[in-house]
Amino acid sequence: MLDKEGIAKRIAKEVKDGYYVNLGIGIPTLVANFVRDDIEVEFQSENGILGMGPFPLEGEEDADLINAGKQTITALPGASFFDSAMSFGMIRGQHVDLTILGAMEVAENGDIANWKIPGKMVKGMGGAMDLVASAENIIVAMMHTNKAGDSKLLKKCSLPLTGVACVTKIVTNLAVIEVTKDGFKLLERAPGVSVEEIQKATEGKLLVEGDIPEMQL
Amino acid sequence: MIRKTVANVKDALQGVEDGMTFMLGGFGLSGIPENAISELVRLNVKNLTCISNNAGVDDFGLGLLLQKKQIYKMVSSYVGENDEFERQMLSEELDVELIPQGTLAARCQAAQQGFPAIYTPAGYGTEVSQFKETREFDGKMYVLEKAFKADFAFVKAWKGDKAGNLIFKGTARNFNPLMCGAAKVTVVEVEELVEPGELDPNQIHIPGIFVQRIFEGKNYEKRIEKRTVRKVS
Repeated sequence: MLDKEGIAKRIAKEVKDGYYVNLGIGIPTLVANFVRDDIEVEFQSENGILGMGPFPLEGEEDADLINAGKQTITALPGASFFDSAMSFGMIRGQHVDLTILGAMEVAENGDIANWKIPGKMVKGMGGAMDLVASAENIIVAMMHTNKAGDSKLLKKCSLPLTGVACVTKIVTNLAVIEVTKDGFKLLERAPGVSVEEIQKATEGKLLVEGDIPEMQL
Repeated sequence: MIRKTVANVKDALQGVEDGMTFMLGGFGLSGIPENAISELVRLNVKNLTCISNNAGVDDFGLGLLLQKKQIYKMVSSYVGENDEFERQMLSEELDVELIPQGTLAARCQAAQQGFPAIYTPAGYGTEVSQFKETREFDGKMYVLEKAFKADFAFVKAWKGDKAGNLIFKGTARNFNPLMCGAAKVTVVEVEELVEPGELDPNQIHIPGIFVQRIFEGKNYEKRIEKRTVRKVS
């Protein structure tokens, strides 16, 4: 079974040379730490920067330089700043190659819910609805089950949707799964995790074809 | 040169009244019009509708107006990190319209540029598109979203000249340029106000035509909401 860093490490392998990548808040933010350094990648943060760098050194924080999670960041050589309309123009216009975000629930048809728990938690969707409505390559990073132990990979989402039939891949603490028109296709198992355990933790339709390899991290 | 300068924040907010709709720039606490917000608190205008990506934190930014219950309705994309906001929203003291961030930007820009509405794929098939007109283009579904209508836009820029030309800094740019000219009156506060000619015309982000009033702000706190640092490796 993977921890959050493990999930980020596995997703980092999906980041290819020449990609512009948008990272959501939480586990996705960690992905930047594990991307190979022999490839050229730029991170976009939807509040208005391309070429986002690591956190600043102590004393070099700038209130005018933050990411979409409101954390202080740095700008790498070659970075650019822009307004929110241009930022979402990049996203809507499908110029961003890969979007990685967290989720509360994903359905077997690729629906995603991650912005609201009615009556309990309403923080808002931020840029998530724009991202999932337009991006062609969307990877969800999340735990396979919630704190109560219930599956987060469902036949149908129970929470208000963020987007419809949009998720392409899911990386959890247990598995790598592709969303196909027939359901969740199991691609890889986390180290030490059996197909049966993944099956048990997946409420939606899980497609298992042949031997399922263990993830290489 | 058409001069846009006003003496101070008090003059800049002339005409502000109860029940008005305001646009306020900023993302989180970055690039918020601190001076205009302080003056709105002092004027104690009520029943406001505020269009702003976020709602500040409990004791800074728009949180200051929330504390005094000056806001009747918020139009935002993300309102986490503000307990008083959450309390007022869950107890239904505050009307809240949550919309996608890109839609918020597009509705500001539409107002600025004279489009009555725009189509966006964001929110299609979710509760955000309920009761809204939808339409198919090339096999994909889109939601019709209307341009905002607002009485005042309160904008924060880094530098500006007396003709109202503006330059923004870093990610404090965010929604600020899109709100210029998107309301009946655009009020801009800058950290540094210079004479016309001192800013290179090639570097101007927003031309002065979109600005009615400009002044040099005072006592910027520029609070950092989430201070994250790395260790020297």
